Amino acid sequence: MTLKNFLYTGALAVTLSGCAGDMFVVLPHEDGSVGSVVVHQNGKDTVLDKANSAVKAGDSKTFTLASKDIEQRFGRALTGLPPAARSYTLYFKEGTVTLEDGSAPVMEEMRKDVASRKAGEIMVIGHTDRVGTLTNNDLLAYGRAVAVSDLLIAGGINRDTVIIAGRGEREPIVATDDEVEEPRNRRVEISVR
Amino acid sequence: MKPIITVSLKSVTFCLGAALLAVALGGAPSALAADSIGLVKTSSGAVSINRDGQKVDAAAGAKLYQSDQVVTGNDGAVGMTFIDNSRLSLGANSALALERFRFNTTTHEGEFISSVQKGTLAAVSGKIAKQTPEAMKVRTPSAILGVRGTKFLVSVEK
Repeated sequence: MTLKNFLYTGALAVTLSGCAGDMFVVLPHEDGSVGSVVVHQNGKDTVLDKANSAVKAGDSKTFTLASKDIEQRFGRALTGLPPAARSYTLYFKEGTVTLEDGSAPVMEEMRKDVASRKAGEIMVIGHTDRVGTLTNNDLLAYGRAVAVSDLLIAGGINRDTVIIAGRGEREPIVATDDEVEEPRNRRVEISVR
Repeated sequence: MKPIITVSLKSVTFCLGAALLAVALGGAPSALAADSIGLVKTSSGAVSINRDGQKVDAAAGAKLYQSDQVVTGNDGAVGMTFIDNSRLSLGANSALALERFRFNTTTHEGEFISSVQKGTLAAVSGKIAKQTPEAMKVRTPSAILGVRGTKFLVSVEK
């Protein structure tokens, strides 16, 4: 073995021992559903897609990590995880930025939610139905979000905590063919986080 | 011996990558995206953000930018939310680099690449991973995680 090879081999050993404690775990969401993570390492892919399934660095064998071990290793990180965003929905009269009647209680509930969060933020996201072109619906969606954010700011919400977005016709609540009127899709979603 | 040399070089490069990145983040006047990408929501004990070689405040409400490095001390923990609704938190003695973040609020296209340099991370993916599976990636010295919409944990021991 040449000195060079010896050094490389030594570096490999150090590297492997340095990585040996690494671990990757998938947890269920609050609603019990489980997504997945693909762990790419050393040219191999390991899919973690079951609740509490885990894999260690340098290994492709998955195992179930016990709750007490999750708590012991990750308890502090998990405690700091901010609560999930929550969405509130307001509806509009067709082709307008005018809110449907009955929106006030939703606004009030949203207002309480944002006040209860640490460094609470509001994302105002406009949506349309599929009547009209994609471009026009992007403009309309954005306009609706601006109208709602103006209402919120006029009502005392700090402007710096509001982000405005328009999704146009890309995210319908009710799937329809193009050019079909659907009041339930003409809405603004207020996502509080 | 040749294959072994190749493998070891790759591994070394990989394990050193995070450390080199940290140096790069600290040293170079990197081109920061103008807009913040998220906010600190919970912060306890020793927590700091390294930005352009400066330590900046990491209290609840502090803004986060692409290329920031978030570090916690012995008694530290920090929780963050990002504009695609993804959520990340670190336990004690941890370091996380927010390497790359972009998110189109209209199309939901984007990417979120972060690197756990040491310690523990808890995470819930957001709209970026929902729109494009594996557009959210978490690197560690030993692996790359492609996130397909889930809650997950990463620990890196040094």
